[in-house]
Amino acid sequence: MASLWQGYALPGIIILLQILAVMLPVMISVAFLVYFERKTLAAMTLRRGPNVVGPFGVLQSFADFIKVFFKETIIPTGANKVVFLAAPILTFVLAMIAWAVIPFSEKLVVADINVGVLYLFAISSLGVYGVVMAGWASNSRYAFLGALRSAAQMVSYEVSIGFVIVTVLLVAGSMNLNDIVEAQRTIWFAIPLLPMFVIFFISALAETNRHPFDLPEAESELVAGFQVEYSAVPFVLFFLGEYANMMLMSALTVILFLGGWLPPFDVAPFTWLPAPFWLIGKIIVLLFVFIWVRATFPRYRYDQLMRLGWKVFLPASLLWVVLTAGVLVTFDWLPA
Amino acid sequence: MSAIERTFKSLFLAELLSGMALTFRYMFKQKVTINYPFEKGPLSPRFRGEHALRRYPNGEERCIACKLCEAICPAQAITIEAEPRADGSRRTTRYDIDMTKCIYCGFCEEACPVDAIVEGPNFEFATETREELLYNKDKLLANGDRWEREIAANLTKDAPYR
Repeated sequence: MASLWQGYALPGIIILLQILAVMLPVMISVAFLVYFERKTLAAMTLRRGPNVVGPFGVLQSFADFIKVFFKETIIPTGANKVVFLAAPILTFVLAMIAWAVIPFSEKLVVADINVGVLYLFAISSLGVYGVVMAGWASNSRYAFLGALRSAAQMVSYEVSIGFVIVTVLLVAGSMNLNDIVEAQRTIWFAIPLLPMFVIFFISALAETNRHPFDLPEAESELVAGFQVEYSAVPFVLFFLGEYANMMLMSALTVILFLGGWLPPFDVAPFTWLPAPFWLIGKIIVLLFVFIWVRATFPRYRYDQLMRLGWKVFLPASLLWVVLTAGVLVTFDWLPA
Repeated sequence: MSAIERTFKSLFLAELLSGMALTFRYMFKQKVTINYPFEKGPLSPRFRGEHALRRYPNGEERCIACKLCEAICPAQAITIEAEPRADGSRRTTRYDIDMTKCIYCGFCEEACPVDAIVEGPNFEFATETREELLYNKDKLLANGDRWEREIAANLTKDAPYR
């Protein structure tokens, strides 16, 4: 009995607590991210934004979530029920499990695996399945068109994201996220690899279906794209997944290019603050840029989006991979 | 613009960055929206809102049942019935306005020879049922009593232009 407790139950409980310790803060920060987005967008368009629920309206998202939770889950007659319900669950689960490898500090990480980057890349690529399944199972033209667009878009931009990640791996010499962060102790990769950083960030916008690449849900033409038939809890799952993905891509950008949990300068006043503070602070800055971009740019046309992905980003990132590798070999800077 | 300059501009995303700088500056500008239920925008004295039937200062109702408003109403929203009162004066026995028909053109107000029917400054009279929007004489007189101060002030302000 004691060995059963020691061997299975106790580790199980610890793992469960670890999962909760990551998931709950992520879900709560989604709520505040939505509020932050609405407030920032409002300010940039000279409006006030939500300001009634709670002080300065900070509880607005919770009110919205409660409202949506009590709505009826409508399943269209022509829909494939199982796939229709599996799609939002898949999106949500994928957005959550990716957080397992994000290092909040040297020690503070649920799974410190040596293929962290590959894991994250695989998870974010799987995200497209949720969208495709939703679009197909809804049996609706808008949803189907949205899903098609989204699939093409996410696949296209993943290619250049892949090359950008390869460049970072060349420079860092490891796929462990903690080692990549450690490798940036002297200088953040965003500075020597600035073009890659910009390409990665723009591709991240496309990958998360954010403005100006939000064609899958383009309101003016597709109503809401792949989520058009969803309501109540499945919709909430999609919504949570989408915003959690946005935070995940920001976290990935921070880890690959902006020194992860490292303070900006390795001197006294900056090192006093704990590591997670720096990671979260940098994520918030990047999220602000996500929203800022949304407030600034109009939506791309579909052929422009494809041209940017295949004819600009892909050759540029490929060129930079070759260039970086060449420089590293020539000057014998390859990490051991 | 030379080709080199253009190339550099697009390479360094100059236009995109200047656009973002603009939105950033706008973020700190004065907001143009108001906090509606707590703050309200200014209204002209000519504003045509909810109807009201006015009284003279001694409490006698102004309406003399001439039915000019009923005649001019383009939406035919007003229904009036009248007969002489015990003291011999001509007064309405029924004065109904169907607020769901009314188009708020203000013709009734203009047609009225004794300034009895007016459109006041109130625009917040939404109801939960349709029936509540079928106003009768009591409701209109009550509106008049409630808004008399504002209505009188608006009429004085607008008088020079009439």
